Amino acid sequence: MSLVVQRSDVSEFRRRFRWIALGMVLVFFALIGRLFQLQILEGAENAAIARENIVRRVTLATTRGIIRDRNGKTLAASRPAYNLYVVPEKITVECDPKRDDPKGRKVDPTVWPRLMNYVSLGDDERSRLELMLKNLCESDSKRKFQQILLKEDISRDIVATLKTHEADLPFVEVVPVPVRYYPFEDVGAHLLGYMAEVDGEKLSQLRGAGYVEGDRIGATGIERAWESYLHGTRGWEKVFVDAKGRRRQRVDGVIEEPRRVDPIPGRDLRLTIDADLQKAIGNAMRGELAGGVALIDVRTGRILGLYSKPSYDPNALSGGSGKQVIRDAFRRLYSDPLKPALDKTIAGAYPPGSTFKPFTALAALEKGLINPRGATQCRGGITFGKRSFRCTHVHGPVELHSAIARSCNVYFYWLASELGVGMDVIAEMGQRFGLGTRTGIGVSAEASGRMPTRAWMTLRNKGQFRLGFGLNAAIGQGATTVTVLQLALAYAALANGGTLYQPQIVRAVETSAGTVVQEFTPRVRRQVEVSPENITLVQKALFAGVNEEGGTARKAAIAGVDVSGKTGTAQVSHKLARGAEAERVWYFNREHAWFAGYSPSRAPEVAVVVLVEHGGAGAKHAAPVAMDTVAAYNRIFRDRGGPRAGTSAAGRTPAKAAGGSP
Amino acid sequence: MILGGDVSTRAKDHFDWPLFITVALIAVLGVVNLYSATSVYQGVSSRSELYISQIYWLVLGGIFGGVLVAIDYRYFERFGYVFYAASIFALLLVFVFGKDIRGSVRWIDFGGFSFQPSEYSKICLVIALSKFLHDDPRSEGRTLKDLLIPALLTAVPALMILKQPDLGTAMIHIFVFLTIAALTRVKWKSVVLFGVTVASALPIIWTYVLHDYQRDRVTVFLRPEDDIHHRGWHAHHSRVAIGDGGIFGSGFMKGTQNQFNFIPDQYTDFPFPIFAEEWGFVGSVFLLMLYTFLAVWSIRIASLAKDRFGAVLAVGCGGILFWHAIINVGMTSGVLPVVGVTLPLFSYGGSSITTMLMSVAMLMNVSMRRYSVAPAPDRL
Repeated sequence: MSLVVQRSDVSEFRRRFRWIALGMVLVFFALIGRLFQLQILEGAENAAIARENIVRRVTLATTRGIIRDRNGKTLAASRPAYNLYVVPEKITVECDPKRDDPKGRKVDPTVWPRLMNYVSLGDDERSRLELMLKNLCESDSKRKFQQILLKEDISRDIVATLKTHEADLPFVEVVPVPVRYYPFEDVGAHLLGYMAEVDGEKLSQLRGAGYVEGDRIGATGIERAWESYLHGTRGWEKVFVDAKGRRRQRVDGVIEEPRRVDPIPGRDLRLTIDADLQKAIGNAMRGELAGGVALIDVRTGRILGLYSKPSYDPNALSGGSGKQVIRDAFRRLYSDPLKPALDKTIAGAYPPGSTFKPFTALAALEKGLINPRGATQCRGGITFGKRSFRCTHVHGPVELHSAIARSCNVYFYWLASELGVGMDVIAEMGQRFGLGTRTGIGVSAEASGRMPTRAWMTLRNKGQFRLGFGLNAAIGQGATTVTVLQLALAYAALANGGTLYQPQIVRAVETSAGTVVQEFTPRVRRQVEVSPENITLVQKALFAGVNEEGGTARKAAIAGVDVSGKTGTAQVSHKLARGAEAERVWYFNREHAWFAGYSPSRAPEVAVVVLVEHGGAGAKHAAPVAMDTVAAYNRIFRDRGGPRAGTSAAGRTPAKAAGGSP
Repeated sequence: MILGGDVSTRAKDHFDWPLFITVALIAVLGVVNLYSATSVYQGVSSRSELYISQIYWLVLGGIFGGVLVAIDYRYFERFGYVFYAASIFALLLVFVFGKDIRGSVRWIDFGGFSFQPSEYSKICLVIALSKFLHDDPRSEGRTLKDLLIPALLTAVPALMILKQPDLGTAMIHIFVFLTIAALTRVKWKSVVLFGVTVASALPIIWTYVLHDYQRDRVTVFLRPEDDIHHRGWHAHHSRVAIGDGGIFGSGFMKGTQNQFNFIPDQYTDFPFPIFAEEWGFVGSVFLLMLYTFLAVWSIRIASLAKDRFGAVLAVGCGGILFWHAIINVGMTSGVLPVVGVTLPLFSYGGSSITTMLMSVAMLMNVSMRRYSVAPAPDRL
């Protein structure tokens, strides 16, 4: 205050100078107090906010693992899809408040027509987009200031054109996003599965695993079952951005380490499937509408081919081409009466029909209830109680061997009605071979099928058990159902002398560099306890079914393709003609055609099961597909010099267990 | 004779070095800070060269100030109301010819260079108030009635400026008036009455006088974190930048919040956050001390003035500088609403710089003539 010196000639003001100066100093200290608060008391906090302002953690994308077949052919990989983005405010004339003033306008009216020209959209789509942009501009929505998606998955040609004219197309941007790509399209679609955008519920469970909105996740098949391996882990990096979101050079000392965590790419999978074989199976099935085929290595349980028809293109479902395409694809998938979404090899259970007879026979043999040479007379059917049970032909005298080879129902009715081969005995044998139980393949929702027991049937029929049920069970009809995969594994066990394998679809997990991380060895589910002699009897009969005069599949046999097996024609519960389905009812009432077998007959390598849904007679519709499939296997694996044990020169002789002459 | 007395002798003997050095120091810091503030435009826009223009303005304002110092301030007393009338006229012209910049009409365009009458109106108001109080000496305490004319003198330009709208400058007019009023001996009863009147007038002003955007600013000020992305952007980021400075600051040109474009208007109304971030608490206190020293020094000049006009003129001009600095730092640090008041000699702008230098020149004028025994100038 000593600064202020008073003079007498301004008497009115004399006492005031001090007070004003004091007031000013007080105001000064008040502001200093505020600065002390902001810079020192809250300094660290404000510095943290300042750092947050300029540092952004950006996630670094990871790549999903590639799925390959047993030979390294790519079955599923990722490709970039190019999405076209624009900023409505900068590109739509309607957004410009000064659009009528040629000097003042901010939107170049030529940009949009040029863009449309390069992208070459249809008139419909173009006017739809124009309307959308116009509405956006006239609304208060803040979205008009942000990039919006104009078109998904534009072609590489258009991308190149847009790149060339980049400078003349302000606020137009092409952003690549990874999209799942299945080069074999519908071949093996059910097994591989497809990708779908992760939904809110799943997201809340998976948040910890690094998923965010808009991520795609395996929806079905291997993509889903092996998601945790395939997915990979995102990385992140801290970058500097200014208030307008532009990237800037790094500023030293502003952020603490670590600045970057690299993304970890997903693991690649090596399947047991053979892509060429899959295609060949598709080819073999080309004459049929619907069904499933399984081809399994009987020595390992590895699945070489697994095919379900009708199929679908997982590319359309996995996105990239836009939400509309996905919606359309799903609508088609679920409106088709042939149920393409259903995996008919794993998720569908069907009555096995005559392909089940070998197990009935084994049940009878193991219990010692029959003499293999014991014969009965087939007159084309029997009457049991008040019902008559029919056979396919009048077979005359039949014993075990010819009953299987020629597929005589009467013989098996005889076993069930006269020789005490009851339902429970049959069911028990079926179960020993894994029928009526989920195989545990771990891919897709698996149907369990059913081996009905006496107790089960009694329960289902309100306490009444009829002996006729046992007759149906003996020929794989009635309540008995199996899946294609179960039957294939069961036949594999018949072929290899009783080893029931765990089905195996993924052979190895590899890094993106190709190093094997984990290799899966074959796993035996159980050793079925049946005597080798009895299995040999059945094997001989299966050989005869294809290769001997009178065998049901004799006509389907191809020279040089050595197969043993059994046909089946399974009746379905009849649908009534009703409404829109009326025209199709004849189809849905037709029998399922089956063939189950293995090849070669001596030292078998593969088991094959073919189901043609509503295909009619197994011998006519399923057996040829099976022969073609095995022929394709022989061709493909011989060409590659694959793991095939020497193709038997013995050719048409049954497996070693068959011993002497057929 | 306009240049009363021997100027060269007086310049040597009576030149107010503390005033000059303080002002020069602030101006140099201002240019340096402006260089850093506009460095974000380097290679982007010609705004990175603004510090050069600022130097030109300082030189021009300095020369003009020199001329003002040379003129005996008693001539300003004689023509006090003429200046005042001229400033009112200029404010009227704004309504007629004014150009709209960001929704407010404050400038008149003279073919390429803009002129902001409301800046000069502050000084003209101070001259008019000085003139009135010079001619109206009292030995008794004043009542509100006695301050009615000065209040009206203030109200006319203040309301015109409020209409532009420019709340900040209007507020400066009122604060300057209040500072000068504080100089006079007002009866306690009148002070209380005045206080009650203002308090009851506030709701009316809030509802009928203020514009929506002005009300917004006050609302944002009262609840600062409600809307930091739009209306509260300035206030929030300016506070953060100041706080980021800490004790010693991040260093020259290293203020991240400015370098990363988080401080809009960093070269006009918001240079302080940039200074505070780069030089920290220590630098900020130093700068505020310079302004406060300037204000207190102007009170000393007033107390030494040889007549009432000089005393009021010095307090008024000191008040202009002081309130500008306080309101600006107050609004950038979040203790006052954002009202768009420049920081003297820091903010870029010709009108602002010349006004501030004119205020300084008036102070220098009064200071240098404190010992003058020369008779009051005769008629021209």
